[in-house]
Amino acid sequence: MPESHTAGRTLLELDDVTIKFGGLTALDGVTFDIKEGEILGLIGPNGAGKTTCFNVMTGVYQATSGHIRFDGQALHKMPRHKITRLGMARTFQNIRLFKSMTALENVMVGADAHSKVGFFRALFRTPVHRKTEGESRARALELLKFVGVAGRADELAVNLSYGDQRRLEIARAMATNPKLLCLDEPAAGFNPAEKQRLMELIRKVRDQGYTVLLIEHDMRLVMGVTDRIVVLEFGRKIAEGAPAEIRDNPAVIAAYLGVEEDDDAAS
Amino acid sequence: MNAYYDFAPSGLARGWAAFKRPFHVFDNRPSKIILGIIAVLIAYALPLLNLPIITTPDSDFGGVLFDVAAYALIAVGLNIVIGYAGLLDLGYVGFYATGAYTVGVLTQYHWHWPFFLALPVAIGVTMITGVLLGAPTLRVRGDYLAIVTMGFGEIIRLIITNTHWLGKSAGISSIPMPPTVGTAPGAGNPGGLFQVPHLSWGTFPNVIDVGHKTGVLAFGVLDAIPFYWLILTALFIVLIGDKLVKESRVGRAWEATREDEDAAEVMGVPTFKYKLLAFALGAGIGGMSGAFYATRQTFIQPQSFALLLSELFVAAVIVGGAGNRWGAVAGGAVVAYLPERFRGFSDWRMLIFGIALIVLATWRPEGIFPPRRTRRAIRAEAVVEELEGETVDA
Repeated sequence: MPESHTAGRTLLELDDVTIKFGGLTALDGVTFDIKEGEILGLIGPNGAGKTTCFNVMTGVYQATSGHIRFDGQALHKMPRHKITRLGMARTFQNIRLFKSMTALENVMVGADAHSKVGFFRALFRTPVHRKTEGESRARALELLKFVGVAGRADELAVNLSYGDQRRLEIARAMATNPKLLCLDEPAAGFNPAEKQRLMELIRKVRDQGYTVLLIEHDMRLVMGVTDRIVVLEFGRKIAEGAPAEIRDNPAVIAAYLGVEEDDDAAS
Repeated sequence: MNAYYDFAPSGLARGWAAFKRPFHVFDNRPSKIILGIIAVLIAYALPLLNLPIITTPDSDFGGVLFDVAAYALIAVGLNIVIGYAGLLDLGYVGFYATGAYTVGVLTQYHWHWPFFLALPVAIGVTMITGVLLGAPTLRVRGDYLAIVTMGFGEIIRLIITNTHWLGKSAGISSIPMPPTVGTAPGAGNPGGLFQVPHLSWGTFPNVIDVGHKTGVLAFGVLDAIPFYWLILTALFIVLIGDKLVKESRVGRAWEATREDEDAAEVMGVPTFKYKLLAFALGAGIGGMSGAFYATRQTFIQPQSFALLLSELFVAAVIVGGAGNRWGAVAGGAVVAYLPERFRGFSDWRMLIFGIALIVLATWRPEGIFPPRRTRRAIRAEAVVEELEGETVDA
């Protein structure tokens, strides 16, 4: 488990981040930060740039301009696996498990992120290998229990139910021992009861000392679980604040429901 | 994503599962070890037993078994690249050639090193070749990688054909064999450390044929069996190493990379490094097999390393069951053995071989011995089908 620092320290900082794909500006001067120990919600209508934002943070895309700092370090041009080792983990909007590996092995891959075992240590079965292997397995089992999939540890990931696959993704991301856990629409396709259980799980994750960044469509879930919310629209940040403030923010309501002038202007 | 594992479970697969069920009494450690030892002993004794049907009547069985083991070794190496890391390498023959030529150059053409000194150097050189090929090309994926590696196999052959230092198209001849331990083999004397007699089934009850013996550790042109024992030992050592590495963080990293490279990278797996490792290890094992080939044949030339061989190697891995080391062994054995077994049919033998491959591909597309996870998927599907059947009946 990550040690708990004094709450309120800035963990991740996006400073005027812009991404252009050819003529399309996917993110336009987005600035926000995440404080240690909080649950930050990132919301916005479809195509607002939420997942792009995730991708630029985790090194999938490089920012055209602007800076991203994580735990005091600039992330520019850092390989993705190094960003993970720094302490940022993520899940995927469309589930991307290692299908032909068991649930346990999936989580162990995450737990291996900080392993010092390489080819020679594995070939000669050194004490380091034995110790790390045992620790990885124990940690993976513990996490499977934590998200509630322990009963199916030896099942192939592809054979798990949809909900279990989503929870397994969270366990796998947590296994990398992150300071910041980024969840990309973890409730997509869930029914209300499952959403409720997921909310409890996310709170439990925070209580373990993780900082959580949550992308979500479901307003009730976002309002119910986050400490702070950032709203994106057309790649721009249009609002930031506590859930109650966001709910009453006219710009946010306009973005989600549309306003008449905008409709006229568009047509 | 992964064409090798997309298959429909066949009736044959389920029949095989049913056939195996009574054998689950052997699913414990002591009986597995005993069965393993028995299997190893049979493997070593195979060329002496002269078993009917199995033994090839039209070519020297010891020589065929050497080829079988050499192909199995290659398939085990290529299985690391294709089966574990999911990289389709169509130019594997390039590494086979590199290993063979390193031995040829070191033991005969330019220097006169002993074989067992040249062997590790050949493995090392081939691994470096693998890294040199992999470093720039492993950034491309899937079919593109297959095309690039295919080019590599051809480039190696063409370089050899045009390089004076490597003997050009004439090749390298009189490559020395490994040193014999004990008396040297000669006419009427198998030599070696000690001799073991063969079995003979025609002269029952005198099954032990004392007139026909093989010298242990006696390497000569007449008897291929000592070479078979040598490469079989190498194969077992490689298989043990393969198991140790596969069942570790390294094996998991390979599988994760094969399943979803981006997700693996995001989970902290340095995918490029692990793909390069798989490539280098596969190359080294291919080079090892090439080194044994060179010393057994005593003559190598560029034509021995045609592109067609690469396809045969890939076929061995796929036929055996990509991702399973025993599948690779079986696939290598099938690919090397069948054409020799049917040599009596002369021109027809390749047709029979081709039909056998088609039959295997149709009835068992996941390979002779699919990996554990594929078998489990079949079992899961069979259970689902059973359940569905019950609901229909009810």
